[in-house]
Amino acid sequence: MDKVTVTIDGITLEVPSNYTVLQACREAGIDIPTLCYAEGINEIGSCRLCVVEIDGVKNLAASCIYPVQNGMNIRTNTPRVREARRVNLELILSNHDRNCLTCIRNGKCELQDLAERFGITEIEFQGENVNYPLDDASPAIVRNPNKCVLCRRCIAECQEVQNVFAIGAVNRGFDTLVSSPFYVSLNDSPCISCGQCITACPTGALYEKDHIQRVYKALADKRKHVVVQTAPAVRVALGEEFGMPVGSIVTGKMAAALRRLGFDVVFDTDFGADLTIMEEGSELLERLKYGGKLPMITSCSPGWINFCEKYYPDFMENLSTCKSPHMMLGALIKTYYAEKMGWNPEDVFVVSVMPCTAKKVEIERPENVHDGLRDVDAVLTTRELARMIKEAGIDFVNLPDEEFDQPLGMSTGAAVIFGATGGVMEAALRTVSELVEGKPLDKIDFEEVRGLEGVREATVTVDGTDLKLAIVNGTGNARKLLDKIRSGEAEYHFIEIMGCPGGCITGGGQPIHHPNEMAEVRKLRAAAIYQADRNLPLRKSHENPAIKQIYEEYLGHPLSEKSHHLLHTHYSSKPLYRVTR
Amino acid sequence: MLYRSHVMVCGGTGCTSSGSDNVATAFVNEIKKAGLDKEVAVIRTGCFGLCELGPVVVIYPEGVFYSKMKPEYVPEIVEEHLLKGRPVTKYLFGETVTEKEIKPLEETTFYKKQMRVALRNCGIIDPEDIEEAIAMGAYEALGKVLATMTPEEVINEMKKSGLRGRGGGGFPTGLKWEFAYKQKETPKYVVCNADEGDPGAFMDRSIMEGDPHSVLEGMAIAGYAIGANHGVIYVRAEYPLAVKRLQIAIKQAREYGLLGENIFGTDFSFDVEIRFGAGAFVCGEETALLNSVMGRRGEPRPRPPYPAVKGLWNKPTIINNVETFANVPVIISNGAEWFSSIGTEKSKGTKVFALTGKVNRTGLIEVPMGTTLREIIFDIGGGIPDGKRFKAVQIGGPSGGCIPEEHLDTMIDYDSLISLGAMMGSGGLVVMDEDTCMVNVAKFFLEFIVDESCGKCAPCRIGTKRMLEILDKITSGKGEPEDIERLEKLATTVKDTALCGLGQTAPNAVLSTLRYFRNEYEAHINQKKCPAGVCQALLSYSIVADKCRGCGLCARNCPVNAISGQLKQPHVINQEACIKCGTCFEKCPFDAIVKQ
Repeated sequence: MDKVTVTIDGITLEVPSNYTVLQACREAGIDIPTLCYAEGINEIGSCRLCVVEIDGVKNLAASCIYPVQNGMNIRTNTPRVREARRVNLELILSNHDRNCLTCIRNGKCELQDLAERFGITEIEFQGENVNYPLDDASPAIVRNPNKCVLCRRCIAECQEVQNVFAIGAVNRGFDTLVSSPFYVSLNDSPCISCGQCITACPTGALYEKDHIQRVYKALADKRKHVVVQTAPAVRVALGEEFGMPVGSIVTGKMAAALRRLGFDVVFDTDFGADLTIMEEGSELLERLKYGGKLPMITSCSPGWINFCEKYYPDFMENLSTCKSPHMMLGALIKTYYAEKMGWNPEDVFVVSVMPCTAKKVEIERPENVHDGLRDVDAVLTTRELARMIKEAGIDFVNLPDEEFDQPLGMSTGAAVIFGATGGVMEAALRTVSELVEGKPLDKIDFEEVRGLEGVREATVTVDGTDLKLAIVNGTGNARKLLDKIRSGEAEYHFIEIMGCPGGCITGGGQPIHHPNEMAEVRKLRAAAIYQADRNLPLRKSHENPAIKQIYEEYLGHPLSEKSHHLLHTHYSSKPLYRVTR
Repeated sequence: MLYRSHVMVCGGTGCTSSGSDNVATAFVNEIKKAGLDKEVAVIRTGCFGLCELGPVVVIYPEGVFYSKMKPEYVPEIVEEHLLKGRPVTKYLFGETVTEKEIKPLEETTFYKKQMRVALRNCGIIDPEDIEEAIAMGAYEALGKVLATMTPEEVINEMKKSGLRGRGGGGFPTGLKWEFAYKQKETPKYVVCNADEGDPGAFMDRSIMEGDPHSVLEGMAIAGYAIGANHGVIYVRAEYPLAVKRLQIAIKQAREYGLLGENIFGTDFSFDVEIRFGAGAFVCGEETALLNSVMGRRGEPRPRPPYPAVKGLWNKPTIINNVETFANVPVIISNGAEWFSSIGTEKSKGTKVFALTGKVNRTGLIEVPMGTTLREIIFDIGGGIPDGKRFKAVQIGGPSGGCIPEEHLDTMIDYDSLISLGAMMGSGGLVVMDEDTCMVNVAKFFLEFIVDESCGKCAPCRIGTKRMLEILDKITSGKGEPEDIERLEKLATTVKDTALCGLGQTAPNAVLSTLRYFRNEYEAHINQKKCPAGVCQALLSYSIVADKCRGCGLCARNCPVNAISGQLKQPHVINQEACIKCGTCFEKCPFDAIVKQ
């Protein structure tokens, strides 16, 4: 890569020739303020807060997109630059709902950070404010347009990264609004509830639908038996909300905190994941043996399921009929476990702590009701759980490690890797390989399916058969792969698709970081997932004694009638737009 | 068919809206009735330029100019002029009629200082007949280029000519073509910006409606120069006649082998497609235009990279204005030296202007660069009507600025206008007199900008809105002394940081009126008075007791019952209750109400 020489505020340095001025300034130790800039995702130069003076350029230039040139002379802190940035920030603030105290992002808002950084003490330019109603019809995501700063980061995620196109900019000028086409509610749009928009939003314009209140209500209800379960990806991220480094494994503290919050039973979704592998592994083997629909595609990501039903209904038959792990576990809690405890299933309230926003929609699917009861009653995102822990005043960081309750709290390393992209695939391979070949695995780690790239391919030989595999994360990447299959360009046996880029570890319900840090966050959380896998004594789903127990005592065998009734589901195509007249 | 006489009925914008269609129909009917339809042709032409006197009809071979035509005059003209050979002087443009003779148009004050280069064929040919265009020289330049010149030679000729973009940017055309020529990526594109968005501007419209082949030929020559085979004309949807004329022209050019594959039998192919706008001024900005063509939201994008490097579909693209293209064939035919001998040192050639507002002769004009504003307004335009005093002239539309009397002798060129705080823009000139409130003018243009802002960048989206709110305050009598400072602060930031030309020039109207007419702003704010008597909220209406007959008409019509008085006694307006709607002022039959 060629280098060029630039001078920034009198400091001369060499930078790669494909750098922007902003990247060059970073090298010089200068952090230029930004709002709309999200590296590689949203580089549109629209907030005009990152402006700098460049010799030879008449107006101030947006450093986040202006390319460096050899010999460029840049000034980042002149009176002209400071005044321009201030006025632009004041203008953005002048059209913002400035009730920070009652805002969900109070204390965690990029606009607050900028106002503090610039030392804003008054807004000189007051005038008309936009005043739009809240859009809270979706079970998962709420939009508050009055907090929107029109940075368009959410649009970039939804259109360019996820290829869902549920939101975009509508109207023009001062009336510009981020909305769904034809002003429909998010609920009636192609939205798949993946929540990537929420994690991209710098302010409180997008957030998850609150389930905390219904959980508090259940906890306070003496008649209810409130059972909580936690997803794999939560345990490598929850600590961040309490100041712990990204990638801290806090499984034990998480269980302890849940008990202190008053949950009657603390189970682990990872058990459900092991169960999923039993059911899905058997399903794959059946399709391979008896010529069933191939490729088989995983079905534990409700964001992906929504995407499939809306945009690729021709692939519904390829989907595994397995419910997602937490739904399987929820169903078992209200049947097998309730029976064991002598509880009336109607008095059982199941709460899932998830890295995911789409799960809030998933629990309302009529297909996920068994015997008139919802499998799961509430979904708390990792962020919501953190709020509950903070409100309770629990000193999370110093909690002792505790264990999950049994029997539905026991899990293997194969389960915890569900949280990372490639994890479901690897867990399935560990079990399928061993069961089919009838001998212990030479190596447990299937490195060939690991990694963070959006689309990965691998071929794994099981009992002499070459299995063509694909692993996809992010629905934009799913589109690419599925289009290739549609056109006949590619063929596979088994595909893992996760709706969110990186998989669940960076799902829509996880702690929020600046988009420019997400690549690093993904790496650290993924590393923690695989470390958690190595920390566990058992690393293959079929070795889980609790799993063996549940089949012996209750389900019989994978794909039995009881399994089908409780642990499997079906799909139906959904329209992109629901328009009512 | 050889005709002995041609009746040219102007079909330009102004004349069509004053009814030239009916005049043309009347001519066709009367000529047929008189049995002259094989001897006299009726042609609908493009804009003659003297729109104030429309509908305009010019009859050849005499070349006499009938003005303010009505269908009921036609029978007499057919009888007297066409049959008997005696032009009906009472219907002619007064200035051409002297005791001894009928003067030719070129000698009238309106036309004397003009030089029609881009408009060379407007008003002369039937724009729907390619043969007439060819007879006037269309496609000769293209032939010369394809047969005798290399792309480099064409580009050098364009650079030598000094032609600068006529859409407002003023960027040297030859240089722009050279950038695209040097790019290796293909396919390349030639785009014509026909989105003409300035309110009241109709220069590009007139060229497209009056001489569409000049644009097509210019584009083809550009295509040859940069190595492009594909042209796109982006026309605003509100110009259906321009679209129709272009479609006919393209079809005929293809039929004649002047567009399409292997033009003139060479291996150069070039074809043109038309794309429509949909009501967004911002799509006249080149990158927003490209986004619109590509089916995306019509919003500009940051540059670099410039369209010449990465433009339509990310390929090298040149975008030029209609008038720029119309100049290209004549530069090639007559030579760069000829073109650069017209105009000033840095601004060569001529410019088409739409002369509008408080001026006697409104219309479309074309003058050499370097003509002074005084010459345009007072010589060509005939001065200010009703004996009023000249106050200012707005140049460049909403992105431009106003020039006051002290600078009337400025020679018009790109750079001198910028130094005065205005800009050439696409050529709209709005003349204002003493009855114009300059604060209100700034507000009018800013309202347009706020309406048309695309909304992508914060300074334009919110900054222009806040500026407009301040102007609203000032013109409704609620201005505060700090408001001028606030306006200037906002104007500076918006101008310095907006993402595109629309935002960057949005504060110009405010800045230039503040520069030359600050006293008016101060009067509005400090004395709560509008010196020009325009801003309603700052006027007070009162009844002159001497003139009032006590008829009570005003009181009966007042919507808020602010007028009191007995029958046949002088009435009185309660100033506190008065909402300054002006109804009483309009109703009073005795001129007894004054507003000040």
